[in-house]
Amino acid sequence: MALQPSDIDRIANLARLELRSGEAERMLGSLNAFFDIVEQMKAVDTTGIEPLAHPIAVIQDIQLRLRADVVSESNNREANQKSAPSVERGLFLVPKVIE
Amino acid sequence: MNDLHLQSLSGLRGMLSKKELSAPELAQHFLNRIKANTHLGAFLATDEAITLRQAAVAQKRIDAGDAAPLLGLPIAHKDIFVTKDWPTTAGSKILHDYRSPFDSTVVSNLAGEGAVCLGKLNCDEFAMGSTNENSAYGKALNPWDTSRIPGGSSGGSAVAVAAGLAAAATGTDTGGSIRQPAAFCGITGIKPTYGRASRYGMVAFASSLDQAGPMARSAEDCALLLSAMCGPDLDRDSTSLDMPAEDYSRDLAKPIQSLRIGIPKEFFGEGLSNDVRSAIDIALKELEKLGCKLIPISLPRTELSIPVYYIIAPAEASSNLSRFDGVKFGHRAEKFTDLSDMYKKTRAEGFGDEAKRRIMIGAYVLSHGYYDAYYLQAQKIRRMISDDFQQAFNECDVIAGPVAPTVAWKIGEKSDDPVANYLADIFTLPASLAGLPGMSLPVGFGAASMPSSDTGTDKPMPVGMQLIGNYFKEAQLLNVAHQYQQATDFHARRPEAVS
Repeated sequence: MALQPSDIDRIANLARLELRSGEAERMLGSLNAFFDIVEQMKAVDTTGIEPLAHPIAVIQDIQLRLRADVVSESNNREANQKSAPSVERGLFLVPKVIE
Repeated sequence: MNDLHLQSLSGLRGMLSKKELSAPELAQHFLNRIKANTHLGAFLATDEAITLRQAAVAQKRIDAGDAAPLLGLPIAHKDIFVTKDWPTTAGSKILHDYRSPFDSTVVSNLAGEGAVCLGKLNCDEFAMGSTNENSAYGKALNPWDTSRIPGGSSGGSAVAVAAGLAAAATGTDTGGSIRQPAAFCGITGIKPTYGRASRYGMVAFASSLDQAGPMARSAEDCALLLSAMCGPDLDRDSTSLDMPAEDYSRDLAKPIQSLRIGIPKEFFGEGLSNDVRSAIDIALKELEKLGCKLIPISLPRTELSIPVYYIIAPAEASSNLSRFDGVKFGHRAEKFTDLSDMYKKTRAEGFGDEAKRRIMIGAYVLSHGYYDAYYLQAQKIRRMISDDFQQAFNECDVIAGPVAPTVAWKIGEKSDDPVANYLADIFTLPASLAGLPGMSLPVGFGAASMPSSDTGTDKPMPVGMQLIGNYFKEAQLLNVAHQYQQATDFHARRPEAVS
């Protein structure tokens, strides 16, 4: 079940990537070549196997920590916005989204 | 004094203590070498004034009698670690000129120990690649043969150490990005157990796989650096393990008599080139001479680790890279029609081909209707692969094999064939998926020294042996590597051009 050009358009939209026409064609080719090597995964019987998200969970219980909900950082807005493409009065600027 | 770049970290530290040399003089030596070797493409950013200022601070601490083992030693960081004092690009155009407001934990840990920073090192974009050809800022060249790749993604780190441009370097390893370039450039590198080094301030590629580690001239040097790099960072990294820092040098001198070394048969199959195979065979015999027992083992799902890794890593990457939207930092397209168009054009202009490919794969395997068949199935097989290792460790203490199926290939040789690059990662991916510590140490040369060469090289290219340990057995891996390096001198060999 190879990917079609329409799949590439759909995925590129999900990923918010603009692909030029030649680029989309090359992407289709390399993704299909990639999914050829993924095929062997389908034949593996994984009935009853728990998915593994944190590798150390193989040997011990792992719970991702949540830190206490307290203020830990001081206001560092200027430094944090230093590399932003467009800032005004401490706000990030984006193109108009509400008419 | 002209061979400072060939000295061990402890050797240099001894010279600093005995006042045979000052920290600024040592830093200047490396800065001069960096300037004389820009053609190798190892560094993306240097700043002499900042480096020398750090060296002067270190010198004051030395003068005051501070005995910190890394104090005054000049190292460099892969450009995936964010730094306040230098720009951080992650090898990507989308982060051109980006300045982080903070230092990553690994960088500040090493700075706290007094290491002096020489600058930032080239790498594949977002650490995605195994050749350094995916950097937006130019290729890095293998100092053993500049027509060849240095490996990746920590290519600049490997080049800097192999060419004597830094006393040591940091790297990161997601699917082999420390071990493979270390092998291709004839240096030593180690990736610790997942969760041992903080990921805070490491530009994220695949969060359940990314780990930082040192790349240096010997196991002894790696042990010093790793001890400073690792440790709990509980408030800043939710996957950081709650275990105290360790002294990874503690077991270096231990005899390795009767250690059981597991040899996975799947690592010695058809795909392994003859020159690498014979170098590894000779190295294994050397370990036997040191008293180790070689035990045949099996890691039956080795080949499956390729699709499993290349589903999981891109899935996590597509999520991590969604933050690059042209709003909070980094590149923004100049022309666009609306917000959505701005995202799409910004990302199209900012990301290179490999990053785009992995974002696409990731978005697809996580999308509605495909998640179970791809992502979830991959995570289940990931557990089976990890269980296979635990099975194997019932029979052996350490696993050994090649790092890569061949020596470093020619620049451009596989650049049009992403799948060929993925397949070459086969021996490093299993330990990455299981989150196990793994290392690479130089054990010989391929191709030129072998008339029946598979790759037809004209210069001898280094071969790396991989050691994989069980969780938290970093000190044991470093012990085996150090004992091997006491008996052999491959780690001390330098490319002809480096004298």
